[in-house]
Amino acid sequence: MTVQMERRQAAQSVTANGRAVTLEVKNLKVYYATPTGDVRAVDDVSFHVYKGEILGLVGESGCGKTTTAMAILRMVQPPGRIVGGQVLLDGIDLVGLNESALRDVRWNTLALIPQGAMNSLNPVMRIHTQIAEAIQTHEGRQPKDKLKQRILDLLSMVGLPSRIYDMYPHELSGGMKQRVCIAMAIALHPSLIIADEPTSALDVVVQRVVGQTLLDVKERMDVSMILIGHDMGLQAQLVDRIAVMYAGHMVEVAPVEAIFSEPLHPYTQLLIESIPSIKERKPLKLTEGITHDLRNPPPGCIFQERCPKVMDVCRRDRPPLRQLKPEHYVACHLYE
Amino acid sequence: MPEPLLEIKNATKIYGGTGFFSKGRTTVALQDFNLTIDAKPATITTIAGESGSGKTTLANLVLGFIKITSGQVLYKGVDVNTMNSSQLFEYRREVQAVFQDPYAVYNPFYRVKHIFDMVLKNFKLARSKEEGRALVEDALNVVGMRGEEVLEKYPHQLSGGQRQRMMVARAYMLKPRLIVADEPVSMVDASLRAMILDIMLRLRDEHNISFLYITHDLSTAYQIGDNIHLLYQGAVAERGNTVKVIENPKHPYVQLLIDSIPVPDPTVKWGGEEISTLDDEQMRANIASGCRFYGRCPHRMDRCLEKAPPLYPVGEAGHEAACYLYTPETEAVR
Repeated sequence: MTVQMERRQAAQSVTANGRAVTLEVKNLKVYYATPTGDVRAVDDVSFHVYKGEILGLVGESGCGKTTTAMAILRMVQPPGRIVGGQVLLDGIDLVGLNESALRDVRWNTLALIPQGAMNSLNPVMRIHTQIAEAIQTHEGRQPKDKLKQRILDLLSMVGLPSRIYDMYPHELSGGMKQRVCIAMAIALHPSLIIADEPTSALDVVVQRVVGQTLLDVKERMDVSMILIGHDMGLQAQLVDRIAVMYAGHMVEVAPVEAIFSEPLHPYTQLLIESIPSIKERKPLKLTEGITHDLRNPPPGCIFQERCPKVMDVCRRDRPPLRQLKPEHYVACHLYE
Repeated sequence: MPEPLLEIKNATKIYGGTGFFSKGRTTVALQDFNLTIDAKPATITTIAGESGSGKTTLANLVLGFIKITSGQVLYKGVDVNTMNSSQLFEYRREVQAVFQDPYAVYNPFYRVKHIFDMVLKNFKLARSKEEGRALVEDALNVVGMRGEEVLEKYPHQLSGGQRQRMMVARAYMLKPRLIVADEPVSMVDASLRAMILDIMLRLRDEHNISFLYITHDLSTAYQIGDNIHLLYQGAVAERGNTVKVIENPKHPYVQLLIDSIPVPDPTVKWGGEEISTLDDEQMRANIASGCRFYGRCPHRMDRCLEKAPPLYPVGEAGHEAACYLYTPETEAVR
């Protein structure tokens, strides 16, 4: 039921706003096998990413953000497995692809900036060799001078000076290494970049530089991005729309302005209220509660145990993700 | 004048220089650091700065994990380095720590009550099992938990927020005077962060426990902190009352830092001008002499290279900044 609505609405928005959809995730389910039963890390998640937008994927640790990203890349490791659903990237279902077809898609059309990406650089390879390797693995051998020019262009695209071309990773600061990783991610002009907490290990000053680099790259290349994170301040500055996950479920998807000015789901409201401010000193907002066991979720709403507005119906029926306003989806019984 | 609880005098910590391969290569992690925490009233003193600024080095010095290169750490007037064993025992009991990662401090093979049992045993807090149990229960109640709900569980059955609260409860059980909290909320989810901060406030107000709150997150410091010391590459850039410093920063580095905090409001875009960062080599070259922030400073002057600036008063109530922009002479000219 939800699926069809989501699908119809996605289709409508393409015609209504004339916006192309780069990625569409439908009813994605990823379970981790454990001796005492499957952990439903991602349970029936659907969302889409428009061309040229940054979608923020937020939620607390363990809510399934990274698992969702890994499933899109088809990089879920055992004991995890994709149980069902579709991941349509430019119309191609990635879930059904075989390994060699996947190799073509990865990095060519779908790039990842992993968590702590700066530590993924090879310490004994010069920067230009690493970038060249990424390009040549996918596009075959290239003429030397053309390749050099291309790498220099990539470096300038992420705001790095050309002198780092010959340097080793240890000679760069964390923020510069992170920008080298961004340069590598955009080297093959992907249509979607998934950035998993790209600035979480960086200091605020450097974080701002990297964040601005991401915005710059998005503008210039018209690429779509999924920005995974839990820092709501950073999300406010960078993304166009936000998708909020809780315990493996999508609870709210809306434009970033609406999430901050008018959050609908009680969990999103909690998330927004608990952002510490540096503008005013206000009393702390306290919440109690622990997430239920993901192996056997309770019947009804997944947020019922922590929800301040829980009702009887919440303990019986799981609310579907429904569109309440244009582009504003929420899964909550309060709005029926 | 009453004796301060903790006094740090000209603390300097230099790493390296002793190894066979690294002879002569040293890193100054902390330089001439001074800090006083009064015995009463209890306060939350924030040490803030980016990674590598020396804040964890400071925590380790106070906790006695590393040896100081020069300077002194005085606890109730006694140098921590020259304490006799009974003084050291008291110090170890009255100065407690809460660490960043609530997942790593538990042994996954033991039930969580193990951490409380260890404390009871090592510090001989209770004469009987019942008495010990009552102490544990009391400590858990302070952090809003109940013994029968959690004590028999294994660490993996608790959330990050619960584990961190139990670490605070463990520290509380020893009736400490000072808790060194090294990034206690950075790994706890945003929605549960407020609870830990609230516990810190209550321990300060109701139980007279001071905190040395070490963080890189200025917004939480702003919400709960009393005094703040902002470190930049091992030296204090600015210090004073937390609210005054954050609302009206004086040092160019602190101004840059506060400008860079992303505002959680999509209608307010990142302020300030475009900034550049230097790579590690350049940074290091700049610190040899003079102000460590020279390379990135928009107001750099020639004299900044000659000698590192001392702290100059820039406002009321001990608000000071280490910057030549605020020398009395420059003030007079402006």
